[in-house]
Amino acid sequence: MKKVAIVGYAQHKILPNAGALNEVELIMPVVHKVFADLGISQDDIGFTCSGSCDYLQGAAFAFVEGLSAIQTYPPIKESHVEMDAAWALYESILKVKMGDADTALIYGFGKSSPGNLDSIISLQMDPYYIAPLWPDRISLAALQAQVLLQNNIISPDDMMAAVLEARQHGASNLNALLTDLLTEDLYGSDAFKSSPLRGLDCPPISDGASAMIIASEEKAFEYTDNPIWIEGIDHRIESSNLGSRDLATSPSIESSVQHLQLKKVHFDVAELHTQFSHELPFLRKLLNLTNVPTNLSGGPLVGNVMMCAGLDAIGKTFEAMVNDQLTHGLAHATSGPCLQHNMIVHLERHS
Amino acid sequence: MSNDQAPKDYRESLIHLEYQYTAGSATTTFLNQVKEGRLVGQACPKCQAVYVPPRGSCPRDGIATTIEVPLTDKGCIESFTVVHIPIPGNPIVPPYVCAMVRLDKANISFLHLIQGVEIDNIRIGMRIQAVWKPKEEWTHSLENIKWFAPIDEPDIDVSTLRFQAS
Amino acid sequence: MIQAGVIGVGQTNYDSKRRDVSMAGLVREAIDHALLAADVEWDAIDAVVLGKAPDMFEGVVMPELYLADAIGAVGKPVLRVHTAGSVGGSTAVIAASHVCSGQFKTVLTVTFEKQSESNATWALSPRYPYSPHINAGAGGYFAPFIREYIRRYDAPEHIGWKVAAKDRQNALKNPLAHLQIPGIDEKMVSETPMLWEPLRYLESCPSSDGACAMVITSEEMVGSRKVAWIKGMALRSEGTLSAGRDEVNPQAGIDCAKDIYQQAGIHNPRKEIDCAEIYVPFSWYEPMWLENLGFCELGEGWKLTDEGVTRLDGSLPVNMSGGVLSSNPIGASGMIRFGEAALQVMGLAEDHQVEDANIAMGHAYGGAAQFFAMWIVSSSKN
Repeated sequence: MKKVAIVGYAQHKILPNAGALNEVELIMPVVHKVFADLGISQDDIGFTCSGSCDYLQGAAFAFVEGLSAIQTYPPIKESHVEMDAAWALYESILKVKMGDADTALIYGFGKSSPGNLDSIISLQMDPYYIAPLWPDRISLAALQAQVLLQNNIISPDDMMAAVLEARQHGASNLNALLTDLLTEDLYGSDAFKSSPLRGLDCPPISDGASAMIIASEEKAFEYTDNPIWIEGIDHRIESSNLGSRDLATSPSIESSVQHLQLKKVHFDVAELHTQFSHELPFLRKLLNLTNVPTNLSGGPLVGNVMMCAGLDAIGKTFEAMVNDQLTHGLAHATSGPCLQHNMIVHLERHS
Repeated sequence: MSNDQAPKDYRESLIHLEYQYTAGSATTTFLNQVKEGRLVGQACPKCQAVYVPPRGSCPRDGIATTIEVPLTDKGCIESFTVVHIPIPGNPIVPPYVCAMVRLDKANISFLHLIQGVEIDNIRIGMRIQAVWKPKEEWTHSLENIKWFAPIDEPDIDVSTLRFQAS
Repeated sequence: MIQAGVIGVGQTNYDSKRRDVSMAGLVREAIDHALLAADVEWDAIDAVVLGKAPDMFEGVVMPELYLADAIGAVGKPVLRVHTAGSVGGSTAVIAASHVCSGQFKTVLTVTFEKQSESNATWALSPRYPYSPHINAGAGGYFAPFIREYIRRYDAPEHIGWKVAAKDRQNALKNPLAHLQIPGIDEKMVSETPMLWEPLRYLESCPSSDGACAMVITSEEMVGSRKVAWIKGMALRSEGTLSAGRDEVNPQAGIDCAKDIYQQAGIHNPRKEIDCAEIYVPFSWYEPMWLENLGFCELGEGWKLTDEGVTRLDGSLPVNMSGGVLSSNPIGASGMIRFGEAALQVMGLAEDHQVEDANIAMGHAYGGAAQFFAMWIVSSSKN
């Protein structure tokens, strides 16, 4: 089977409100950055794929505008997923594996500041039974947090530690949105949004964009001596019916771990798309990462660009492996309420 | 049984969402000038194509349009349609003419209304000029232009309008 | 590259309002038909690829989440494609890429639109601040390009009526088609009200509810099943407001067609392709795309239409199923073209079957005529 490597990644500084910058103006700098890092241009790209959500911008076909950030003359091989850009990466990998492209550009973008994210995410639910009740994203996440606490899978201290550590890690992440340190007292005095989730257990409203370049085995070595290989990638979805799911576990992640044969891999680093504090200790346990440095970027709790945060988890794992010459990295991306759809990526650096 | 009580096999459930719309920094620059009655396009520093209204990028080259190019409010009709159905949420009464307006020196067109002429006399290539609202009504919108109306100048051969990068 | 083929196509019937089913019920109906046609069970499906046009057409954000159960994706990978009107075609291409990459053996793909659950014209006519609000739906957008085509090549106005009548006559042979207009002819089309000059009411596509699904599998899984082999497939895009774009004859369409012909070893598409399902939402797009796709020289497309070449009994039948002009569940409309092309080479198109159809084209476009997806399917593997 053809091998595929990540050779470049760039991330816009995460902003609480990008204000006058529109999506195109967020995308262009990161695409130019990732091109400049490798000394390439759109002419070197065989396939381009993006991830975004029309509803964040409040207009049908909003993603079309995003394409204006890309050189499209001569016309390009291109597609778009209405998903986190981690899935745009997935689609691009298929194109490289089938030999349709040697090099692919992936980008994701999202601005949560213009609209009401709670209402928008409510519209992900069953339109006949659940969406009319307008359940907000925090309350949905709180359902799972409660189940995990009840079953002693995680503790309130685990949740607090996830929040405090995220800020510590975020302080050394130049693109992080939240970098001020927290104390146990500050956390303990923070009001509950939807019990057991306090405001600090939730990710900040964020605007941003990111871009990534992947390449085939032959091409990867033209760009770098040390490509980061996508050794394994797998994603699976669970039922939309929360009542039929066991929220204390994740069959989708367990299937992926088995499918990718990760049980015996010793990971040096991990970045998880854990948007709420309880999800981090839960997934660390599930993925056997208790002793693995995880979310050194601070993760979504210090900056959570919708439609991009999953790609960012993969990109941050890539960066850590390049910078610290690590061998095995694990990245996770998610979509839907209560970690409904999960992607697991195994990255490897050959020494 | 009155109509209101007739059984229905569906019910309307309206979704109301509010957004803070952002024009983008390039368009903001443009609209600030439109408020003063000026049309200023932006050119691509690579291929020199002039975009109006600018949206911040040249999709041909994928880079920011950083060069300002003042334009007049004259141009021609690149193509048009006569619309005979109403626009949702707009009081404009059909039939009306919606045209691709190509300003002089610009390399893309934008949609606007054509009035001040019999519909049957409108043709591709016809020379037109903006008809502005009274100055005191000007705001940050291309709606400052009520419509474009024909002017007495020879038609343009639209096949010459196609942009070719030098 | 790993060879892939379509072994089952499933469609719902198309109608303006399918109030007898939910969104989940609608997609499941198409899927059930596809699995039955392919003669495969659920456990044979390795991944699901879902496509549809904007979420605002139904008001469900990222509907693969809500539909996970109905599309049989639970425990499996699912990908959601959105490339505007071309999405049905690009979804088919991406589903086939799942197989051609060697990652999956058998993939289920499904596309849908349930336009009756929202107001598509509203969704297509967004009112942005700062801009004049003068756009009345898709027809208002495409009509100026059509007028420019007519001007360039001095095409007579009856060409549009001819396409509109021909596609609806074909629809009478397709029981699934939304518009069934007995006695439809050019005169009837020409007497319908003008909507967006030069387009009349019956020269425009309807708004439909419906879904289309396909099962795509690799060579080794085909067995004794009927199969439409995918000989070439491609995607091309160009920027909406890009200087130098020719909206009448977009470069992305030209390049996309050349790409699939090269993959399929086709040198003369007019001679070698037996029939085509082309995305024609407004009548004039038939001659425009015939030229764009290289079936003839520029300016000759309307003559092919006028001579009856594209009729069901012509030498290059186009839109045998009735096309987008007869059924238009937007997100599925592209996949219907791809699926109907497959049905033709599988010999399963029933009353609208083209005799001895061995090589067929499926085509979709979207956005401002800027996104293209195409494939060539064949009855023979080599």
